[in-house]
Amino acid sequence: MLAAALVAGDPKAGERIYERCQACHALAYDRVGPRHCGLLGRRAGTVAGFEYSPAMKRSRRVWNEQSLDRFLADPLKAVPGTTMTYAGVADPKERADLIAYLASAACDKR
Amino acid sequence: MSFLAFASPLAARRAFLGRSGLLLSGSAIALLAGRDVLAAKSGGSKASDAGILNTALAAELEAVAAYQVGAESGLLQKPVLALALQFQGHHKEHAELLAKTVQKLGGVPAAAKSRYAFPVEGLKSQADVLRFAAGLERGAVSAYLGAVPLFANRELAKAAASILGDEAMHWAILRNALGENPVPEAFVS
Repeated sequence: MLAAALVAGDPKAGERIYERCQACHALAYDRVGPRHCGLLGRRAGTVAGFEYSPAMKRSRRVWNEQSLDRFLADPLKAVPGTTMTYAGVADPKERADLIAYLASAACDKR
Repeated sequence: MSFLAFASPLAARRAFLGRSGLLLSGSAIALLAGRDVLAAKSGGSKASDAGILNTALAAELEAVAAYQVGAESGLLQKPVLALALQFQGHHKEHAELLAKTVQKLGGVPAAAKSRYAFPVEGLKSQADVLRFAAGLERGAVSAYLGAVPLFANRELAKAAASILGDEAMHWAILRNALGENPVPEAFVS
């Protein structure tokens, strides 16, 4: 997918959508899933000390708007074998909002 | 019926299991009632279903630890503390059943971490603890909602949905305790 095809995201709306992620994730610390602070630009499976699935460690992707959009749409299709057993965020606008929030969220926010 | 109406967690569990029999069938009943062999022999993609359950199990174990932090914080008034411990008990029951089912499906159940990172420095009042717990429960509802369609075994999906319902009740009660609209929307996402 081309970057230009992505919907513009609203970080404020994304903050509300991020509440859905908080069974397993936090911005500043690792939980069932890895921390999200500094996610954009990070290579997948590389937060020190976090125990990733072999599939995520092997995925070799770098998280950016495009790769996150694909992953969030259908995590198990994007990275078969991921432990993020979640059907995904179907709405492209919601994904864009979520990515905008992740890109803008302060790292000291718990 | 709310779990709050029961005199003890044991009574609640008995009633839950009894009532579940009215609503759930097949391997979901086997799972919830502990009839492990029947549950293990049910169809579907065992590895995949075990993986879904294991992710849920890891989150349930973290929730148990989070409620323990809240209970030991010294910030909760007696009735609220009782409520927190009751909810923690539900999460323990969820975790026990999920672990048994993962095992019967041929997986290795996720274990509790020796240490969890919680934002304890931000917990300075009862409201802080309730808000923290409400956030976890809200996330759990979404996590189960996102997991239910993935199960190959529809009876396991039904069982997961029953946990979702319980955790949605926790979330609503916690919101109510915070003075917020307990059920702000017609749908959860």
